[in-house]
Amino acid sequence: MSVFDQLVGQPRVVSTLRRASTEPAAMTHAWLFTGPPGSGRSVAARTFAAALQCEGAGGVQVGCGECQPCRMVMAGSHPDVRVVDTDQTFIKVGEARELVLEAQARPSLGRWRVMVVEDADRLNDHSANTLLKSLEEPTARTVWMLCAPSLEDVLVTVRSRCRHVRLGTPSPHAVADLLISRDGIDPSMAHYAARAAQSHIGIARRLATDEHARARRREITSIPTGLASLGDALRAAQDLVDEAGEGAKATSADHAEEQRRELLTQLGADLTARTQPPSVRAHLRRLDDRLKAEARRQQHDSIDAALTDLASVYRDALLVTAGSGLDRVNASEPEQIQLLARSFSAEQLLLALETIGEARQRLIANGAPLLVLEAMMIGLLLPRG
Amino acid sequence: MSAAVPTLVLVTGPEELRAERAVDSVVEAVRTSDADAEVVHVHTESYQPGELMVHTSPSLFGGWTVLVVHDLDEADDALVEDLSGYLDQPADGVTLVVLHKSGNRGKRVLDALKKSGARVIEAKAVKTERDKHDFVTEEFRSARRKIAADAVGALVLAVGKDLRELASACEQLIRDVEGLVETEDVTTYYGEKVETTGFRVAEAALGGDEARAMALLRHAMLGGLDPVPIVAVLAMQLRQVGKVATAGRGSSAQLARDLGMAPWQVDAARRASQGWDGQRLGAAIQAVAQADVDVKGGVRTEVAVRSPEYAVERAVLTVCRLAQGDGRP
Repeated sequence: MSVFDQLVGQPRVVSTLRRASTEPAAMTHAWLFTGPPGSGRSVAARTFAAALQCEGAGGVQVGCGECQPCRMVMAGSHPDVRVVDTDQTFIKVGEARELVLEAQARPSLGRWRVMVVEDADRLNDHSANTLLKSLEEPTARTVWMLCAPSLEDVLVTVRSRCRHVRLGTPSPHAVADLLISRDGIDPSMAHYAARAAQSHIGIARRLATDEHARARRREITSIPTGLASLGDALRAAQDLVDEAGEGAKATSADHAEEQRRELLTQLGADLTARTQPPSVRAHLRRLDDRLKAEARRQQHDSIDAALTDLASVYRDALLVTAGSGLDRVNASEPEQIQLLARSFSAEQLLLALETIGEARQRLIANGAPLLVLEAMMIGLLLPRG
Repeated sequence: MSAAVPTLVLVTGPEELRAERAVDSVVEAVRTSDADAEVVHVHTESYQPGELMVHTSPSLFGGWTVLVVHDLDEADDALVEDLSGYLDQPADGVTLVVLHKSGNRGKRVLDALKKSGARVIEAKAVKTERDKHDFVTEEFRSARRKIAADAVGALVLAVGKDLRELASACEQLIRDVEGLVETEDVTTYYGEKVETTGFRVAEAALGGDEARAMALLRHAMLGGLDPVPIVAVLAMQLRQVGKVATAGRGSSAQLARDLGMAPWQVDAARRASQGWDGQRLGAAIQAVAQADVDVKGGVRTEVAVRSPEYAVERAVLTVCRLAQGDGRP
């Protein structure tokens, strides 16, 4: 089985990457993968890295998925493939400088040193600028692979130094087929999940396997028809923020304690001391800051995902109003969609989608989540009468 | 040893400040009879099996020991074992104080403690506005002092975010003010807090008093208050009014419980909501949400509002005009 099989519904991309990894003339030293969330940007980067390191027996196509380098790359343990992702809002400049240093080293096992930046959209101006020189002219055996949702998410100067590979949104059928063949999921469930996740492979998998995720999605998609008064709007906003906060807290409380203990042990500090010496306190403060940033990012991601689901309901209602035959994302909840389509005019539905989009922009601009959502829900109130 | 000295004490509840005070009061009680009593703290995360025995075995000089066990609710098995063992055979000359925040962990020890007739002190959580009010009233009562009801509200508003701060504010007022503590005293000491200013600005804006709201806001910002928290307080006030206004009828006490607010806040929000309707209140919240993003630098795709002060002023003016019944700001 080839590693490229994991790239669902992207035949053009696969052939480009295959050619690049076999013909030296088709190879470049910096790549930028773009595509909507869940289309498999980082998977594309990884499979490409595997194909570059592949030592498959002669005659077999590159990226065999059987040889040791292929398996190591896909498992994330190949010493020459560095994958950078972050739990925080930004990749800091210090981290970027380290990457540039690392990129100068010769590969130790394989043919290439591969630097994969999974969240290139999280490079801020400063850290992106740090990478420029290395991106433009890395050492002979180094390849950079950046992943971002769209071209606009990275600096122009970074963009111009990379070869661009665009991934499309795979069709829900392709995603469902993957779920059925790879994860052994029941076909009807797989189709529901693929549609509801709007072809986001990771989310589709979670929806198909996790009852809680499905229940939460149902809660979110039933919000629009329940927004009759100001009180409803305020409550809906509060619930959304609480739920996101709960999730973030549940995963991070234990994690925080563990990190703290680990740090103290590393520093050789007394775990029981009520007040730590100043040098240790500084480290603890830095850890606290980092954990806080992680929790904030997690809450933000969770709210953003909820807004995607919410927007899909209005999109479906708009399709009904416009009489379009396109696939409905929420085909499993036809009554709600019908009700929305009856209550809103097409223009109002477009405005609603815009309101949700604006809320997402505001969240990115660091608006207070509760206030942003309140303003959004108020904007989504059902018209009277 | 006199009978007044407790030998087993259980402190239950999540409020740290109250738990600390409970421990202090026990230590004080022990020290009145034995001034040299030793206090030993045992923390669960660093507990070594058998440590309890080391601390409870009689010392050479025969002094009294107060053994404080922290966070029983996070204890591992070794500590639970040792505690149960100790409770079967308590030592002489030891006061055992066990702290338990919440949950079912270590329940065996809790039950054993209660059965052995341990003195139970509750450290109830202080969460809602109402709890904070009760806390302040209690602080003043135990100091045999009086505070006006309005002053309690003002104090909670100004420093109520953190219980420790609230406690030390009470302490300062008790120490520095003579006689009945009034709202003016609170304003004298804590009036410059952003919570107070934001509250007054919101009050004026909701009442439609443009001149007063503007004057207060300008004054606060000239005094160096950051626009970001002012907007946050403004949003909170509008949120409370919105919640109370849409919650319908019912006694203020009942609403206060449902919404986690203090009864006086419910009453204030009710007064402020006079003449407002859901639609205009919603528009007001949207205006404040816009200001919130603007003071933080604005959304990337829009033309940024360069001056945070202007963004706040615009929001306050919009709220004022909405209050006067003008739908279009």
